[in-house]
Amino acid sequence: MSTLLSIRDLAITFRAEPKPFEALHGLSLDVTRGRTLALVGESGSGKSVTAQAILRILPPSAAITRGQILFRDGAAEVDIARLPVEGSAMRAIRGQRIAMIFQEPMTCLSPLHTIGDQIGEALRIHIGADRREADVRTQEALARVGFPDPKRALRTYPFELSGGLRQRAMIAMALILKPALLVADEPTTALDVTTQAQILALLTRLQEETGMAILLITHDLGVVANVAHDVAVLYRGRLVESGPREAVMRAPGHAYLRALVHAVPRFDMAPGERLTPIRPAQAEIPPVRVRAPLAGPILQVERVSKTFTLRSGRLWQKPRLVHAVSDVSLSLAAGQTLGLVGESGSGKTTVSKMIMRALAPDSGRILFDDGSGPRDVHGLSGDALFAYRRTVQFVFQDPYASLDPRMTVRQILSEPMEIHGVAVAKRKERCRALMAMVGLEASGLGRYPHAFSGGQRQRIGIARALAVEPRLLVLDEPVSALDVSVQAQILNLLKDLQAALGLSYLIVSHNLAVIDYMADTISVMCRGRIVEEAPRAALFRRPVHPYTRALLAAVPDPSLDHPLDFAAVAADRNDPTRWEAPYRLQPDEAGTMRAIEPGHQVRFGGAPEAVAA
Amino acid sequence: MIAVILRRILTMAATLLVISALVFIIIKLPPGDYLTNRIMELRATGDASSVAKAELLIKQYGLDRPVWQQYLMWIGVMPGSVGFSGLLQGDWGWSFEYDKPVADVVGDALWLTLLINLTAVVFVHLVAIPAAIYSATHRNTFGDAVVTLLGYVGLAVPGFLLALILLFYANRWFGLSIGGLYDSALTNQPWSWEKIRSLLGHLIVPTLVIGLGGTAAMIRRMRANLLDELAKPYTVTARAKGLPPVQALLKYPFRMSLNPFVADIGNLLPHLVSGSVLVSLVLSLPTVGPLLLDALRSQDQFMAGFILMFVASLTLVGMLISDLTLVWLDPRIRMGLR
Repeated sequence: MSTLLSIRDLAITFRAEPKPFEALHGLSLDVTRGRTLALVGESGSGKSVTAQAILRILPPSAAITRGQILFRDGAAEVDIARLPVEGSAMRAIRGQRIAMIFQEPMTCLSPLHTIGDQIGEALRIHIGADRREADVRTQEALARVGFPDPKRALRTYPFELSGGLRQRAMIAMALILKPALLVADEPTTALDVTTQAQILALLTRLQEETGMAILLITHDLGVVANVAHDVAVLYRGRLVESGPREAVMRAPGHAYLRALVHAVPRFDMAPGERLTPIRPAQAEIPPVRVRAPLAGPILQVERVSKTFTLRSGRLWQKPRLVHAVSDVSLSLAAGQTLGLVGESGSGKTTVSKMIMRALAPDSGRILFDDGSGPRDVHGLSGDALFAYRRTVQFVFQDPYASLDPRMTVRQILSEPMEIHGVAVAKRKERCRALMAMVGLEASGLGRYPHAFSGGQRQRIGIARALAVEPRLLVLDEPVSALDVSVQAQILNLLKDLQAALGLSYLIVSHNLAVIDYMADTISVMCRGRIVEEAPRAALFRRPVHPYTRALLAAVPDPSLDHPLDFAAVAADRNDPTRWEAPYRLQPDEAGTMRAIEPGHQVRFGGAPEAVAA
Repeated sequence: MIAVILRRILTMAATLLVISALVFIIIKLPPGDYLTNRIMELRATGDASSVAKAELLIKQYGLDRPVWQQYLMWIGVMPGSVGFSGLLQGDWGWSFEYDKPVADVVGDALWLTLLINLTAVVFVHLVAIPAAIYSATHRNTFGDAVVTLLGYVGLAVPGFLLALILLFYANRWFGLSIGGLYDSALTNQPWSWEKIRSLLGHLIVPTLVIGLGGTAAMIRRMRANLLDELAKPYTVTARAKGLPPVQALLKYPFRMSLNPFVADIGNLLPHLVSGSVLVSLVLSLPTVGPLLLDALRSQDQFMAGFILMFVASLTLVGMLISDLTLVWLDPRIRMGLR
């Protein structure tokens, strides 16, 4: 086991006003041939900058100010930090000896060029292959990374592929010249859990086949525990801990890593156990206000369906129908949390939009009870609809895109109150109270969103949703855009607010651990249908449906004692025709929900009569 | 694909029909027409034979009939005094002011207009694209500042003023008369090698003057577009692959930044025609711009109508070209058609 890449005392500085900002203060680490080194840290810790420095693709405002990056490929040793950025020596390393894959496989591939063209390009520039030879080898590479029809894939465009296949294409592109080192910058963060597990399995397999080293940049300790051989932890531009995985993960020495372990929701948490945020926030939540209890659930979704029509461009072709949501029923008790889990494309966002009345269902009803008895949301109009808008509020996934950069925080928080006619004097007072409730200083009211971090922005988003005293919050992936280190803060804040204000939550997420931490009851969606629903304890401890089991099996656990079963995740589990009996569904078959224990329902194949008989 | 083109051509025909109606309504909005105005003038001077001739013309072109009938006759779906004879039959009407068929008056002006404007378009792109690429890749350097400054000067100086200045100095320094599109001696000569050479020489100044404003605007927009694209992750991917910088720039971000310009081709052509009227007047270029201005002022209705229809057709053809080019350039649009 020899060292392939040695970083010695590397410092990187960004030009900035008023003074230069040092992002990396003398980092030293080694990447060993044939092994995976996981570089762990939160955003701003310097891990992505390290990756960019290795390939010398730093942004123009950044420069290596000292240190060495020694690359021992073959006999000679090259100091990458000394090579001219656009020189031929550096270009020969890029893409040929060191390759890189990125977080967002959509934006990292050009939408105007075919997959085949973009993958084969590395062959054409580095070994001067002609187009035909490049196509042949690209096809082999696509087959190796698991493309179902590699020949056809040569001529497909990135936007025709799913996120998982796009990332596979990126991997094929990076590995086509069999590099000695693969730098993977958060390669699975943007993917669904099952896809993530498949990509991790693929990387592990390819590493065994080619013997390349991997520098894996991630903030997900579950990923680290499953694929890394060695771990290095970065904190604020410094290495705080490094060593073999066993040593580091079993006995984290540095306080930061220990804190990180306890800040992430895990499945083996004791009932009632709270997450411990790395940087606790002080929220002043007003004393509990008791609302008159409701007779039934606050929200009931009854057999709702929604179909979208894809417009066809041909003159004589029928438009295509997509069944986004089929016959979905949900029930949320007041003061409780309902979790809706599913992969992208499962229809969970469509359901939440119908509850918000942003989309109308084709059939079925959505009943909401504001204390005066359940009423059909889509039958509301005029004042009743206006009042409904006030009682149901939304918290968005992306705290950057969901706050208007040209409005101050005070304006952002006041706007809903203005719309719903709260008196000016009361608004001012309420803004201050809201800031205290989400743990922010009232002095921040006059500032603009860009002055706040992602976690703080999400607090502002939550405060805005709470401004008009709603009863129900719809939380769409509330922490998936946030750094792990602040997820715990936000989740705890949401729990505390719920307890104090008697709120009901509908939380939509693909992160099962988050749902497990937050929800009282959970519904699992696949291809527009609910396949299993149960109280939290039952669903995650005794999952029955093959899709639920596949989802759970794909979540990488930070503990070393529960490794992912890569063989099990390889199969495509969101195809209902491939579920084992008695859960298997034929195309266009709805199946039947049956209770297997109180409150725990599972979808079985077969018509209702057959099941009853 | 063929179905798409066919459908586009059908919509274009329908659009032209609607435009023709609008054009006719607008021309007819002011009271009277060229001939009635002329008759009033003639009556005042007491020239009886000319009045009779004008009244004959009124009968011949049906200007005494209701407006909707005149419209139908003009586009050629209703018989006039000499049977079906309108735009559809290729008869562009009579210019009362010049007392000649519109086709004879407009004649070469159409093709010269197209020539000048296409030259200007080519000039705009040849200058603007390299300047914008340089400017974007050398952001916030001295060179970028120079390009930007020149761009602003180009935007700020009115075309006709520049035309006057060039006219003056070209004459003073080089003894050149740059007015018109060829030497005045050649104006009524048949086309010859010498005339073409003279034409090319005379094209330089109009091209520069007409193109300059567009060049400056395009540099600014292209630079902004390119800067956006340069910050996109796929540009980093291209570099990480080991692509040399120029190749990486031209293949990925530059190609992405072209879309808005291709989409703009349709607007460019008519804009250049109407935008160059002043310059054409100053440089006495025989283009359709000044003809249109005259025709509209004197209510020479068939002349004005034809030129407006010509500009409208130019727009629609430009739109078709830009749409087809976009389909060819951008697979996302191509797939959207399927």
